[in-house]
Amino acid sequence: MLLEIGIIVVKILAVIGLVLPLAGMLGWIERKGSALIQDRIGANRASIFGFAGAGLVNTMMADPLKFATKEDIIPRGADRFLHTLAPCVNLFPVLVAFAVIPFADVLVVGDRIINMQIAPLGVGIMYVLAMMSLGVYGVVLGGWASNNRWSLLGGIRGSAQMISYELPLGLAIVAMVLTYGTFDLQAMARAQGQLLWGWLPAWGILYQPVAFLILLIAGIAESKRIPFDLPESESELISGYFTEYSGIKHLMFFMTDFVEVIIVSALLTTFFFGGWQVPYLTASGFVFPWGGTLDLPNLVIVVLQMASFTLKIVFFCWFQIMIRWTIPRFRYDQLMHLGWLGLLPLGFANIIVTAVMILAFQ
Amino acid sequence: MVPATYYLALSIVLFVIGAVGFLIRRNLIIMFMSIELMLNAANLAFVTFARQQLAMDGQVIVFFVMTVAAGEVAVGLAIIIALFRHRETLNADEVRMLRW
Amino acid sequence: MTPLTFFPLAALIVAAALGVILNRHPIRSGLCLAATLFLLAIMFVFLDAHLVAALQIIVYAGAILVLFLFVIMLLNLEAELPQRRRQNLTIAATVAGGLFAAAGIYALFTSGGQLPGPGTAAAPPLEFGSSAALGYRLFTHFVLPFEITAVLLLVAVLGAVVLAKKKMS
Repeated sequence: MLLEIGIIVVKILAVIGLVLPLAGMLGWIERKGSALIQDRIGANRASIFGFAGAGLVNTMMADPLKFATKEDIIPRGADRFLHTLAPCVNLFPVLVAFAVIPFADVLVVGDRIINMQIAPLGVGIMYVLAMMSLGVYGVVLGGWASNNRWSLLGGIRGSAQMISYELPLGLAIVAMVLTYGTFDLQAMARAQGQLLWGWLPAWGILYQPVAFLILLIAGIAESKRIPFDLPESESELISGYFTEYSGIKHLMFFMTDFVEVIIVSALLTTFFFGGWQVPYLTASGFVFPWGGTLDLPNLVIVVLQMASFTLKIVFFCWFQIMIRWTIPRFRYDQLMHLGWLGLLPLGFANIIVTAVMILAFQ
Repeated sequence: MVPATYYLALSIVLFVIGAVGFLIRRNLIIMFMSIELMLNAANLAFVTFARQQLAMDGQVIVFFVMTVAAGEVAVGLAIIIALFRHRETLNADEVRMLRW
Repeated sequence: MTPLTFFPLAALIVAAALGVILNRHPIRSGLCLAATLFLLAIMFVFLDAHLVAALQIIVYAGAILVLFLFVIMLLNLEAELPQRRRQNLTIAATVAGGLFAAAGIYALFTSGGQLPGPGTAAAPPLEFGSSAALGYRLFTHFVLPFEITAVLLLVAVLGAVVLAKKKMS
């Protein structure tokens, strides 16, 4: 009993230990990437003894320190309790959404089989959807509790946008559930270990390219990043719903942004790019389609799978950052048109086609 | 194990809170929220009975209640917005044009 | 669910529900309602209704309540002033509600007859509360209500659009 609790605690710490530093790193990667795209030198102020190579580590440490030492300001007339509650409500659901994301296959220690997923819930993906749908409360609360018209506008925009894009997100996920026939993300990741025609890894992107596109777009919209950053568009609303935040609370809004990027990346990876699968790596080691096998111990396999999963997540984070610095912001009507007239019908069509295909090939 | 009667008692309390709220508040939105409270009290009772009987029917009905609530809220809030545009108020006592 | 977890959770739910009807500001009421729904979802998990709990959060807390908050913010509603002249009705409603609740709970605990069924102590089958079990029941026995609900939703969408649309001149 105690051992089981211990294992779960270790798993939680491992996931948090992966996600939070990665979110911190993304802060640096984002600025460095923007500098790269805009042809300038960026994010080189925080350096110890002028050693630029450590910029990543330095920025990761300097940023939270800087935020922590800033004064925490609550504007006059603001709702003090809700103003403080908002960043917590914003960060909490996206962090706990990682509970059902599988980051490797099973680890066998002695006669104990450890599922490398914090909570193997039967409702799996529904849980992620539920947590993501709670994310809108932080936006609404932050916007309303600040007693600032721009914040309020940001909050209104944010809630409308997140409700609108939750539908295509859900529809894309329905198509994936149809494809794999399960709600469990671990089972989905396992199903992608098969090979098509004996050599091609059967990753979800081959079955559901349209769902991938919808999930990517809706996911970026859910995380409120450019080109969907209307709720916080700095040229119109200063910072939208978190204009009136400073210090640690601002850092929490900031972190939420990056954690959302990571959870979208994790979902894309798990659905469409094999999750923790390494091509041709089976439970006993590599089995190559051109003949030849390479037996590996279970621990090495798990480490390889975790590395593969992390690598894919980092790739999609980078991809989203590149999108952020490449595409200009939508107008509000364009945003709504894309969501309701573009992605939503596409999502429905995708589900119908998927269902017909499944029936036809049964 | 807590017997089903405890859950049902909680359900009754929730329902009464919703009903009283509907009667004592005059803000249309809060009255609407009180209705949601009553619906949720009913949902709790349905889920409790499903667990008690180990039959899925109760949970299926909760599914329907949620769907109906979603439709009801969409229409209801649209009515509230339309009302607010015309009358600039959400006080149920001040909206009395069709009352005798 | 042991009494040790049930009573604190039930107390929280009741407190949040009271917050809905007692708060003067609609936004705060809405947030209390969100808390109520979230806590009820936890209650559903303890009652082995996992899918219903997830739906409760996705549909109720994630969509319906957000719509409420959206409308409150859109109309920029302020806190109500306390209304003196309705005091009689308030007292009457509270007393009547309290009596109703007391009568209901009294009947519940003193009727003596056991509720039918295996009871909450019996271990549920593995499938109970899962999406597969709920889906199977939904698409076999309840398929007609399901279809009617679909029509209802369509009508609701049309109604909402027509009602909320600005008059075109």
